[in-house]
Amino acid sequence: MAFAGREPRPHMNPYWAGIGLGLVLLATFVLMGRGLGASGAFSSTIAWLVSLAAPGYAQSNEFLARYLPEDTHPLRTWLVFEVAGVFAGALLSGLLAGRVARTVEKGPRVSPGTRLAFAFAGGALMAFGAALARGCTSGQALTGGALLNLGSWVFMLCLFAGAYAVAPLLRRQWR
Amino acid sequence: MSAPFYPQGAFSDEVSLALAFVIGIGFGFFLERAGFGSARKLVSQFYLDDLAVFKVMFTAIVTAMLGLWLLSGVGFLDLSLVSLVPTYWIAQLVGGLVLGVGFVVGGYCPGTSIVSTATGRLDGLVYLVGFAAGTLGFALVFPHVQGLYTAGELGPTTLPEVLGIPYAAVVLGVVLVALLGFRGASFVEKSFRQAGTSRTEKCGD
Repeated sequence: MAFAGREPRPHMNPYWAGIGLGLVLLATFVLMGRGLGASGAFSSTIAWLVSLAAPGYAQSNEFLARYLPEDTHPLRTWLVFEVAGVFAGALLSGLLAGRVARTVEKGPRVSPGTRLAFAFAGGALMAFGAALARGCTSGQALTGGALLNLGSWVFMLCLFAGAYAVAPLLRRQWR
Repeated sequence: MSAPFYPQGAFSDEVSLALAFVIGIGFGFFLERAGFGSARKLVSQFYLDDLAVFKVMFTAIVTAMLGLWLLSGVGFLDLSLVSLVPTYWIAQLVGGLVLGVGFVVGGYCPGTSIVSTATGRLDGLVYLVGFAAGTLGFALVFPHVQGLYTAGELGPTTLPEVLGIPYAAVVLGVVLVALLGFRGASFVEKSFRQAGTSRTEKCGD
């Protein structure tokens, strides 16, 4: 839309994209001794913001205190830098493929306003799930999946189960 | 020195943060390449007419898993130095279900919402704000959900340990399940795309 006259290129074959993603993950294990993630960067950001607004409360909250190191800035963490890279890498790929466009991804039968309300609600809900599970699709499913981590496989199966269970109820939003 | 490098002090914190950014670029690049900056593409997984989420995720898991297994098999990588998120199976069971529901409601997961925002999608940005708000909400109610948060504690543990079967056997099992899944996925996509087409024709739109 924004790039009128220029058709977005088709997506990469999913198996090649998966191999690329898998090699990035493997390189992370080899170099860092840890995997990829995303939700942890949000936790660090929120912990930092709360520590600015209410320092005493942030330190006394057991969930937030975990993300507030004593010796360094809360945003000076591995996942915050990784997520900044994700933004840059996605933008690069999107520009190369002609897929960068100011738009709202939605089904044909809902208004942009409804879609945005659902996006907000879904995000908020998933924050609870990711905090409970100690990770999201990146940190648990992908990373823990490759490490054969027991909790990650429980998490991943339940993620698919939960999504398939509600998909028929939310069909109107997408189809 | 063998891998993993950072836990053994091969480079400084500054270098690790620079690497985080570079690794992130690779991560974001392949997510966008796969089309995962689009909520419509992602949720198609749950309406069965495009199973790219399953294909990409399991190809990535199998690739990294086989790589780890090979590198530790030849003695290049010490798997015990790769950090493992501890298992709290009840918390992770509930968390997984909630995440699955939220995925169909919101259209993204945290990582893909970054990709979506980077490529201009407003719904990705709003999802991201919602996720931040939810994280704050979780922190505020944390004292009340602490029981659930620590339910089912088993410590850092893996499938081979719990099942009592060799690591290589589980690796082989995951590869076989993935290969069967890939064959099944193509079949499911074909039948659901046909079903979708005939339904559209009937509706006349």
